[in-house]
Amino acid sequence: MTVEAAPTTATAPSAVADGVTARIISPRRLMWWKFRKHKLAVASAIFLILAYLATIFAGFVAPYDPATRSRNLYAPPQGIHFFDEIGQFHLQPFVYGWKMTRDLETLSPVYTVNPEEKFPVGLFVRGEPYKLFGVIDADVRLFGVAEGGYFHLAGTDHFGRDMFTRLVYGAQISLSVGIISVLVSLVLGLVIGGISGLYGGWIDNFIQRVIEAIIAIPTIPLWLGLAAAVPRDWPPLYQYFAILVVLSLISWTSTARVARGRFLALREQDFVTAARVYGASRTRIIAKHLVPNLMSYVIVTLTLAIPGIIIGETALSFLGVGLKAPTVSWGVLLQESQKVQIIQFYPWLWIGPAVCVVSVVLAFNFVGDGARDAADPFSR
Amino acid sequence: MMNYAIRRSGQMLVTVFVISVIAFVVIQLPPGDFVNSYLATLSGGNIVTQDAIVALRAQFGLDENLVVQYWRWLTNLLQGNMGISFQYQRTVLDLLAERLPLTLAITIPTAIFVYMVAIPIGIYSAVRQYSLVDYLLSFAGFIFLAVPNFLIAIIAIYIGYRYFGGGVGGLFSPEYELAPWSIGKVLNMMQNMSLAILIIGTSGVAATMRVMRGMLLDELSQAYVETARAKGLGEWRLIMKYPVRVAVSPVLSTIGFVLPALISGTEITATVLNIPTTGPLLLNAVRSQDMFLAASIIFVLSILTVIGTFISDLLLVWADPRIKL
Repeated sequence: MTVEAAPTTATAPSAVADGVTARIISPRRLMWWKFRKHKLAVASAIFLILAYLATIFAGFVAPYDPATRSRNLYAPPQGIHFFDEIGQFHLQPFVYGWKMTRDLETLSPVYTVNPEEKFPVGLFVRGEPYKLFGVIDADVRLFGVAEGGYFHLAGTDHFGRDMFTRLVYGAQISLSVGIISVLVSLVLGLVIGGISGLYGGWIDNFIQRVIEAIIAIPTIPLWLGLAAAVPRDWPPLYQYFAILVVLSLISWTSTARVARGRFLALREQDFVTAARVYGASRTRIIAKHLVPNLMSYVIVTLTLAIPGIIIGETALSFLGVGLKAPTVSWGVLLQESQKVQIIQFYPWLWIGPAVCVVSVVLAFNFVGDGARDAADPFSR
Repeated sequence: MMNYAIRRSGQMLVTVFVISVIAFVVIQLPPGDFVNSYLATLSGGNIVTQDAIVALRAQFGLDENLVVQYWRWLTNLLQGNMGISFQYQRTVLDLLAERLPLTLAITIPTAIFVYMVAIPIGIYSAVRQYSLVDYLLSFAGFIFLAVPNFLIAIIAIYIGYRYFGGGVGGLFSPEYELAPWSIGKVLNMMQNMSLAILIIGTSGVAATMRVMRGMLLDELSQAYVETARAKGLGEWRLIMKYPVRVAVSPVLSTIGFVLPALISGTEITATVLNIPTTGPLLLNAVRSQDMFLAASIIFVLSILTVIGTFISDLLLVWADPRIKL
């Protein structure tokens, strides 16, 4: 599509003078080059890929099963040590066991380090058996301690369940909600925005008013109102999809706006006229010429929409109207730590999910920013 | 100007109409109709006769088709009759009259706070592009954009207990809770509200600051800035007099997005901080499927953002002669 024009080669003579024929570089490759220069965006993209891999291999990454209960309730995170209490260095890091006493006034457990108990931490340790992808039997975990010991990197909750494990399994829900909702919004946005941009007239007018109305409604209240319709006795999987739909019902508007704007702009372009003169059918023009040209913009909008959806799921579950207890998501984990006593005395229960949500949202924002700069042909 | 106002209000009416349809859908979505939910809440000891049920169904027009039901609901709404809350056994209008002022008392100052803080920071960031302060501000902006309001509220509660030894949240501190109105009580309330405003405003400040910075950077590279500089106009005077005035109006026009976001933020933050705005009321209504109340709150909040945006649009047209009517 982009053929180097004569004046450009004149200003950059080296390409031709050295006998190298000017290459045709696809817009997609140009975008990739530009994106690569955005260091923070690339680092964030790698982080996100790792995070999604961790959700796929959740059984391997997590040291325990999400439902396994340890006898240490409300235990704080265990620090990894290389030096022991007399200052001697150990090549293999270890964690200390806990000594539990009870606060005589509040009866809440108080944990102190027990220097007598040391559990060496290893990689690829045999632990509880699990099923990889739900089918393959396995028992090798990414990290852990030998049998008889315990290692809770992010502490334990009120049932003594390992928080790190629950964060990994929570990521399965929280991260997939973002992606799937955004795909639903993509389809809705492209179709509705496309119709709006292609047909124009009163249809366009009507769709634009609907979009304006949806934008004017405060998101959280509307999400709450729609989530109220999800029956409480539905099985977790149904609830998951229902919440997904509720989230997408609002977030398609930004995609639709972008799609409409691009359709309107592209409709008048020469290459579309050319295709029409050649006798290409309407569907062919849309599928072959219009959609590929607006995809980059749409992808950018989508990347920037994912954080909002992840926060939306977290907020709904946190308020107790989204996903509920047997399901583990970051919002559900936050909901369990909503009580003032927990916020105050067991901060690792909310800091863990909070750090997860914020870092993923931050990473998506950086990737989205990088992608936006890369997709903009006029950016420096 | 008059023409614009009229055309704009016509548009606003259409938006309000679409919002009312959405609110009605919210009422209709949960399985079962409201008489059923009403009966469910009454079942504790009250015996309801068949006649009473029939009367109720007739009153709400439940046996007629949806369009008729919608029309009945809308005309009632426009007359201020928003139905009754089954959970509280009071009219929705009553409940709203009690809670809505506080929602406004928090949202409006927050909106002012957002623009008052974000615009100067954005200007500074743009003028000192790539300086240390600019980097720090951009970094902080990214972080605050990524931290949802309710998490900031949780952090505030934690810090309050940990380092100040006191509870955060509520509209009054315990010692003023039951006390009669006094200057101390008002000050105490303002103190608690300013914390909420700070929490809700952060993400708005972060977003608006970035827009302001970007807009001003675009203007600063224009030729007229160079000309003014060449003529010897002082740097700050020049910046404030020309590019800032140009850049600020598109920033102010983002209020259509900022206002709904702030109301969203107010509602969820108020729930965490236990401030009696419409937020906790809405959450309760949603949890017990008290849909008249829930939909009315959503409707009224949306109308408020529409009106807020309308007013600010008119002000912008009045203040900025470049906007075509």
